Amino acid sequence: MRYLPRLVGALVVLWGAATLAFLVLKLVPGDPVAIMLGAQTQASDAVKARIREDLGLDRPPFEQYFGYLGRILLLDFGTSYRLQRPVSDVIGAQLPSTLALTGAAIVLALLIALVIAITARGRVSRAVASVLELLVISSPGFWTGLLLLTLFSFQLHWFPVSGGQGLAALVLPAITLALPIAGLLSQLLRHGLDSANAQPFVTSVLARGLGPVQLLARHTLRHAALPATTFAAYIVGALLGGAVIVEQLFGRPGIGRVALEAITNRDLPVVMALVFLAAAVFVVINLIVDALYPLLDPRLRSAR
Amino acid sequence: MTTQALETRTRLRIPPVAAIVAGAVLLLLVAAAFLPGWFTPLDPLATDTKASELPPGPGHPFGTDRLGRDIYARVVHGASISLSFGFTATVVAVVTGTVIGLASGLAPRWVDNVVQRLLEILLALPELLIALVIIAMLGAGTVNLVIAITIAAVPVYARIVRAGTLQVRQAAFVEAAVALGQRRGAIVVRRILPNVIGPLLVLATIGVGTAIIAGSGLSFLGLGPASPTPEWGLMLSDGRGSLATAWWVAVFPGLAITATVISTTVLGRWLQARFEGREA
Repeated sequence: MRYLPRLVGALVVLWGAATLAFLVLKLVPGDPVAIMLGAQTQASDAVKARIREDLGLDRPPFEQYFGYLGRILLLDFGTSYRLQRPVSDVIGAQLPSTLALTGAAIVLALLIALVIAITARGRVSRAVASVLELLVISSPGFWTGLLLLTLFSFQLHWFPVSGGQGLAALVLPAITLALPIAGLLSQLLRHGLDSANAQPFVTSVLARGLGPVQLLARHTLRHAALPATTFAAYIVGALLGGAVIVEQLFGRPGIGRVALEAITNRDLPVVMALVFLAAAVFVVINLIVDALYPLLDPRLRSAR
Repeated sequence: MTTQALETRTRLRIPPVAAIVAGAVLLLLVAAAFLPGWFTPLDPLATDTKASELPPGPGHPFGTDRLGRDIYARVVHGASISLSFGFTATVVAVVTGTVIGLASGLAPRWVDNVVQRLLEILLALPELLIALVIIAMLGAGTVNLVIAITIAAVPVYARIVRAGTLQVRQAAFVEAAVALGQRRGAIVVRRILPNVIGPLLVLATIGVGTAIIAGSGLSFLGLGPASPTPEWGLMLSDGRGSLATAWWVAVFPGLAITATVISTTVLGRWLQARFEGREA
């Protein structure tokens, strides 16, 4: 049961995130009922008291805490202050659009990184690759996005300017989100390939009569994939943070837009649900990565 | 960027010329931050409806925006905002990270373990995401933005200082200092700190760029300073309405951000190569 401690650790992180979310909801100044009703409310004190009772805000803090934890297990994050709808509905409605964007971006980033890592083997091409990588990693996403928009939407009219309808509207946002991640992945893969190629097994593989393509596909690329896998959680985090900016920039519906609106409006139940979900994604990714390591690297199967 | 990212990076050999250019760019930016009047006589906030969206040319090297404001003047005056984001966040984060790292490295094992698990989680997340979560809790605004990017940067420094502390804690010269009866505080400051200052300086140089990207990203989202402040990220956000007619509005503020970030990265990696060379 090698995974048991990791599983316990993952649950502790989730419990911590839920507790943090609860504390923020309780400790941040501002009366939730006042935020819900808006500034120019005509509601009487009796009405406010009833809403308070409905939300369970009149109960002792401990009861509220355990109630909150219990409801999170059922994916019930309460009601949005602003939209007066269940938080899980608000998020669930926008999820597909963000999944399409981040999914397209990660596939694109992997393809770009693989092509660069495999083709840039010479002295000049390596130098070009490292300069390009530095450039895309150092350029903020909202700038590359604006440049792509200016060129391909406003000058050439190839793609729509904004919106979330159809494949054409997905192209520029996905490229914008993919570029910095492609730069990071390409650096990791190139470095991994270099160190794999320096190992003695390469000579023995070539001596067995395997061609360079087979060497790459069966051996060195697997070695190179290890360090990149370690960054899986970081990359997913970059996708989520980037989605906030990209969705705002391209006027795409999605979780990022929901997050930004919730942050701007102090809609704390939505914000905290998103924080908790981000933590959950992080935990799940790390569990998957831990399970993947032994598959990628047989040496880790017998270790420990 | 996390320390792990730096460690696994392909070591790009930075030619001295690149390091000099990067240093020059940063010097220019610092000069622009302190003495914007040297670079442009124009007011970054002055609007002129007759000069709306003029393309780059004599008089307006970067063109003008929709309200007729000179973009070059706005980029120059924006330097002080972006640099103050970057430097404030980095300096405060380095100090906080050093204290946490030293304390964690010298504390009992279980305290160290708890702190390390927390830092590992934070290190595995991009700074922009952490900063967004903090802004979500604190609310928007320029001060909260700086607090958010500062907190997001702390884990990197705490980790490197803690690693350095563990390395030298057992070293003979530290034991000698203990045996000579030097006070704990003096040992930390005089024996342990100098040994971690090199890597710390490298990370801080690169960290200024990372903090500037995060800060301008939050500003772009409208979570920092408000219009008409000439903040680079905010300028790009404000310029979105002009893209169809004036490409220059979208180009120059972003170019300023990217040039700054590339310069800090190049300078940081060059410093890194120098420090490693000396140790080898």
